[in-house]
Amino acid sequence: MALLEVKNLSITFQTKYGPVEAVRDLTFTLDHGESLGVVGESGCGKSITNLAIMGLLPKNAELKADKLTFNGVDLLSLKERDYQKLRGQQVAMIFQDPMSALNPCFSVGEQIIETISVHRQISKKDAHAEALALLNQVGIPAPEERLKCYPHELSGGMAQRVMIAMAISCRPQLLIADEPTTALDVTIQDQILNLLRDIQKQNKMALMLITHDLGVVAQNSDKIQVMYAGEVVESGPTASVVHTPAHPYTKGLLAGHPSHQKAAANDNATKENNKTGATKKRKRLPSIPGMVPDLKQRPVGCQFHPRCHKAGPECMKGMSLLGITNPSHANRQVRCAKPELV
Amino acid sequence: MSDSAGQNTQTIILSELKGETPWREFWHSFCQNKGALIGLVVMTLFVIVGIFAPLLSPHNPTELFAEALRLPPAFMEGGQWRYALGSDDVGRDILSRLIHGTSLSLGIGLMVVTVSLFSGTLLGLLAGYFEGFLDRSIMRLTDILMALPSTLLAIVVVSVLGPGLVNAVWAVSIVAIPNYVRLVRALVLTEKKRQYVMAARSFGSGHWRTMLIEILPNCLAPIIVQATLGLSEGILNAAALGFLGLGAQPPTPEWGTMLADARPFMESAPWMVTFPGLCILLVVLGLNLLGDGLRDALDPRLKR
Repeated sequence: MALLEVKNLSITFQTKYGPVEAVRDLTFTLDHGESLGVVGESGCGKSITNLAIMGLLPKNAELKADKLTFNGVDLLSLKERDYQKLRGQQVAMIFQDPMSALNPCFSVGEQIIETISVHRQISKKDAHAEALALLNQVGIPAPEERLKCYPHELSGGMAQRVMIAMAISCRPQLLIADEPTTALDVTIQDQILNLLRDIQKQNKMALMLITHDLGVVAQNSDKIQVMYAGEVVESGPTASVVHTPAHPYTKGLLAGHPSHQKAAANDNATKENNKTGATKKRKRLPSIPGMVPDLKQRPVGCQFHPRCHKAGPECMKGMSLLGITNPSHANRQVRCAKPELV
Repeated sequence: MSDSAGQNTQTIILSELKGETPWREFWHSFCQNKGALIGLVVMTLFVIVGIFAPLLSPHNPTELFAEALRLPPAFMEGGQWRYALGSDDVGRDILSRLIHGTSLSLGIGLMVVTVSLFSGTLLGLLAGYFEGFLDRSIMRLTDILMALPSTLLAIVVVSVLGPGLVNAVWAVSIVAIPNYVRLVRALVLTEKKRQYVMAARSFGSGHWRTMLIEILPNCLAPIIVQATLGLSEGILNAAALGFLGLGAQPPTPEWGTMLADARPFMESAPWMVTFPGLCILLVVLGLNLLGDGLRDALDPRLKR
C-alpha cells in the first residue's frame, strides 16, 4: 500500500473575483521511503498542495478529491483532533524561510522539547536529551549551547537545521520540504539537501521536496512531478524525465538551467535564441517566453499552449495526463498533445 | 584533535554572540529614559508604602480625634507633628488615611487591570484568531462599549449594581475591557500571518495551544504597556467614582472619597483636598511615565 495516495484532487479558492481553481486534477502516489520532487514556477499550486495534505488550507479554500489517503487513513473525513495527532507525528513540514518559521519568543531548545512533548509522554529530562541527540543528528556543532540560543542568534542554515530537527523529532513517515533551500546561501543549500537525503535514508521516511529549481530535484529525488498552472504536466522517474523531457515546459525549464546550457544548445527549443546569441562567447540562458496564465482566466485546452512553440489546433482541446507508450520510458506520464517521445 | 579545536572556536563564537540577553537589552534602553526611571522610583515608593501601610501609618485611619478638628499640616501655623499632614473635619489623621488609601488605590488598580486584562485579552485572542462570526460579534460589542463615555458607563454600571468599592471595581473594569480587546485582536491578526504559526500548526499544535503558547507571548510587550497605562486609568476612574459618591463609601480611606468629603471645606481647610489630590496626581503621573518608558523599551519600532 502506498503511503500517500492522491486522486483527482482539486482546490478552489472562493475570492471576490469568483472561484479560482488553484490546483486541479492532481493524481499521484508516494511509497514508504520514496522521495518525490515537485517542480514548478511560483503560484503553480505546489505549496497549496502541501497545505491540503496537512489539512491546513485557509478557510476560503475548497478541497475536492476522489481519494486522499495517508497510510490508509482517509484525510478527507479526518476530524481536526485526529489531524492534529497526525501532523508532526506522521507528517511534518519544513518551510522556505527558517528564520520566520521559528517562534522568536522561545529558545531553540524550548521549541524542540515542546514539539517532542506535544506528541509523546516524555519527561523533561528525556526530552532534553532527545533534543540534544536531534541537534547532533542534523549536524549542529556545540548543540548544548545552541539549545539555549534564540532564533535571531542563528544563521539561516543553522535555523533550517533546527527546523529539520523539529520536523524529524517524532520520526514522521513523510517529510514535506517546501522550498527548503530557497532562502539560504548557495553554499548552504547543498549541505541542507545532503542532510535531508541522509536523514531520509536513516529514518526510512518519504520525502516530498518542493522547489522551483529542477537542478535540486534532479539530484535528490526518485520521482519527479512537474507542475504548471495547478496541473501536473509531466511525471516519472527523475533520471528519465531530466534526460529526455517529453513536455515542452519541462524542456524549457531544463534549458533555462545553467548546467544544461551545453546540452540545450543543440535543442530545437533554443534555435531562435542561437541566432541572436551565436556571436557571444557565452550564450544567454534561454527562457520560456510569456507568463504563467492568470488562474482567474485560464486558457482553453492545454494550459501551456499560449507559451508553447509547438502549439497547434489540437492543443485547444482539454487534455489529461497520459502514460507514455514508448517502452523505454516506463512509468512516465505527460499532459501534452504532441509529446516529444511518442 | 582538530575536532576539539573546532569545539573551542565554536564556544568562543557563541560567547560573543551571547552579548546581550533580551532582558539586559530591555533594561539598558529603559534606563536611557529619565522619565521612566522617575516613574519607576515613584511607583516603587508607593508600592512600599501600600504594602507596609499598617506599620507606617501613625494612627488608625478611621479613628476620630476630638481634639484635632480640621487641624492644618505640621509645617503650617497651628499644625502639630502628631498630625503631620493635618486632620479632616471629623478629626481623622490625613497622613494615616492617605497611607492606607495607597494600598486601597493600588489594589483597586490591580484588580481592575487583572479583570479587564484577562477578559479583554481572551476576547481579543478569540476574535483575532478565529475571525468570522465570533470576531464580528465581539467587536460590535466592544464598539457599543466604546461608543459610551467611560465615566458615564461606569456610573450606569454602578447604579445598576449599587454603590460600593467592589461594584466600582467591576464598573471600571468593564469600561476598560474594549482597549484590551482591540489591542490584542490587532496584534493577533498580524502575528498569526507569520510563518511560525503555520509551522506550529504543522507540528500538530491545536488551536488553544497555538493561541496561548505561540501567538500570545509574541504580543506580550504592547499588552504590558497597555496594562501599565490601564492601571493609572483604573485608579483615576475609581477615584472619580469615589468622588461622585458611587465608589468607596465614606469611612473607607479612599482618595477619591476623601476628596469628595473635603469638597465643602475647600476654602477653609485647603490641605484636606490638596493631599489626596496630590497623591492621585503622583500615582497616575508615575504610572504613565513608567508605561511610556516600557513602551519605548519594549517596542522595537521605537528603538534607535
